[in-house]
Amino acid sequence: MKFGVVRFPGSCDEVDALLACRRYGEAELLWHGDRDLNGVDAVVIPGGFSYGDYLRVGAIARFSPVMDAVSEHAASGGLVLGICNGFQVLCEAGLLPGALLPNDGLRFLCRQVEVEVVDPDTPFTRACEAGQVLSVPVKHTSGRYYAPEEMLGDMEAHGQIILRYREGCNPNGSVADIAAVCNPEKNVMGLMPHPEHAVHPLTGSTDGGCLFESLARHADSLAAA
Amino acid sequence: MKARVLIRPKEGILDPQGQAVERALPALGFEGVSEVRVGRMVELEVQDPSRMAELCERLLANPLIEDFEIDLDRPEDHS
Repeated sequence: MKFGVVRFPGSCDEVDALLACRRYGEAELLWHGDRDLNGVDAVVIPGGFSYGDYLRVGAIARFSPVMDAVSEHAASGGLVLGICNGFQVLCEAGLLPGALLPNDGLRFLCRQVEVEVVDPDTPFTRACEAGQVLSVPVKHTSGRYYAPEEMLGDMEAHGQIILRYREGCNPNGSVADIAAVCNPEKNVMGLMPHPEHAVHPLTGSTDGGCLFESLARHADSLAAA
Repeated sequence: MKARVLIRPKEGILDPQGQAVERALPALGFEGVSEVRVGRMVELEVQDPSRMAELCERLLANPLIEDFEIDLDRPEDHS
């Protein structure tokens, strides 16, 4: 199982993501200017401020050469995980439904939150149980997930809501307490919380590890089949 | 040709920036101001304005959350 973590100008969580991936498989950094994914099984788009968040968060990064390769990878069923700014990039690129708006309180948030696993039957959550509560940090200014009502209905119907903030834990005003969504094919997922910052006991929680473990298990089961 | 694109949050979408501005106004003695919405303006110099709408939809605005208006400054307006 090999992970590839994309580094954009302005990324800042790519090294933590790389180290988190390495706990569960092989991992290497990919450069935003390359069109080649070096044969990785799963691509991680990390957090940060790609292209300085100019215009809108994630708006410019989607035009990076590497994103063509990521779109092709996703279209052929390859796994893609977007964390925080990576989630914003995937929404802007049209690989995930919806958009991320400025937090309802307008402030930058940096705190531990609890999220609940809605669906453990995805490549991203298969190491979790339904209803399992994960303690992971958020740190963002634009994390308010939004999708129009009709789109939300479709997403619910297709089981595309994967994580929700626990009741009373919604930090940013996200619609329906949504913390993570996936595409209808369930091979692309984005989330605002940072699982890569919660994989070592030193940081107070290791709950984020199960998402990386899920991806590794999924890729290994495909390889064994 | 000079073009201006006015981008604003779609109706019904919470605009906390607008709310913050609205809350600040009474402290300066500006009473009776409501429905403040904050957007942004992009100025461009374009040779061919025929693709401006596409340009706005693909990059300058996110049509899911934002509306945009294009204002073209045609040279004949000044004659």
